[in-house]
Amino acid sequence: MTARIGVVTFPGSLDDRDTQRAIRLAGAEPVALWHKDKDLKQVDAVVLPGGFSYGDYLRAGAISRFSPVMETVIEQAKAGLPVLGICNGFQILTEAHLLPGGMLGNDHLHFICRDQKLRVENAETAWTSDYTAGQEIRIPLKNMDGRYVADERTLDMLEAEGRVVFRYVDFNPNGSLRDIAGITNEAGNVVGLMPHPEHAVESLIGTGRTDGLPFFTSILKKLVNA
Amino acid sequence: MARVVVDVMLKPEILDPQGQAVQRALPRLGFDGISDVRQGKRFELEVDGPVDEAALARIHELAESFLANTVIEDFTVKVEEVAEAAK
Repeated sequence: MTARIGVVTFPGSLDDRDTQRAIRLAGAEPVALWHKDKDLKQVDAVVLPGGFSYGDYLRAGAISRFSPVMETVIEQAKAGLPVLGICNGFQILTEAHLLPGGMLGNDHLHFICRDQKLRVENAETAWTSDYTAGQEIRIPLKNMDGRYVADERTLDMLEAEGRVVFRYVDFNPNGSLRDIAGITNEAGNVVGLMPHPEHAVESLIGTGRTDGLPFFTSILKKLVNA
Repeated sequence: MARVVVDVMLKPEILDPQGQAVQRALPRLGFDGISDVRQGKRFELEVDGPVDEAALARIHELAESFLANTVIEDFTVKVEEVAEAAK
């Protein structure tokens, strides 16, 4: 039986279908999850997709963090369930305190959409094992509130523990401290990043590259070998 | 009925580009002598019943867990006297 990977749809999610498609292309079975359901339908991993859940009112991700589905996601993530948060999903993970720090409006105050170069700093998380440490990839980035901030102590801790998973290369698109594009929790099962790997999984579409596909093959390999 | 005001501000050490954009516009508008602007959020909560210690404690909890993200923001809670509205 193939791995089942849940994708949560919140009101305002935009990239849930792209994420389901990426999961299918990687060879796993995508399972649609609804924000009002506490039930995770026995999935083996969960992706919180990009978008503007609840309109980003109050703060990006702040309202979704209290949705019924997140109650279960938070509980299970703490018990080891692999969870990937992309863009708005990353914002939700920081608001839920599953990842440290917070997300704020871009320092230039504009929405930004570009093809972004990243360096993979940590290839040992549940979602990055099909990359190699130091590898540079290019995947799309599109956000309004992509500025990662944390206090100096937290940033030093993330660096010391190898928990900065991705860093922006050549250009910092939003003012994120220390060029941080993505981080992981202590156990390595929860990963959040601002750019969108699910938009770079087919050579015929978009950027023409498939630099984002290893996210979904990494988790599949981990689940199948588990 | 009483009003409780929750003010939320970014922590002082965190860059506030919105406030800076406002500040940079001031000389152009003829306002000199304002060296810094920071922009925050104000929530006005209309509370049914008395704002006693228990009610305030609940609002404090609400502010801490939801209205503010204390990783990046500070908040204050204060009770505002509502002028007796003309009936």
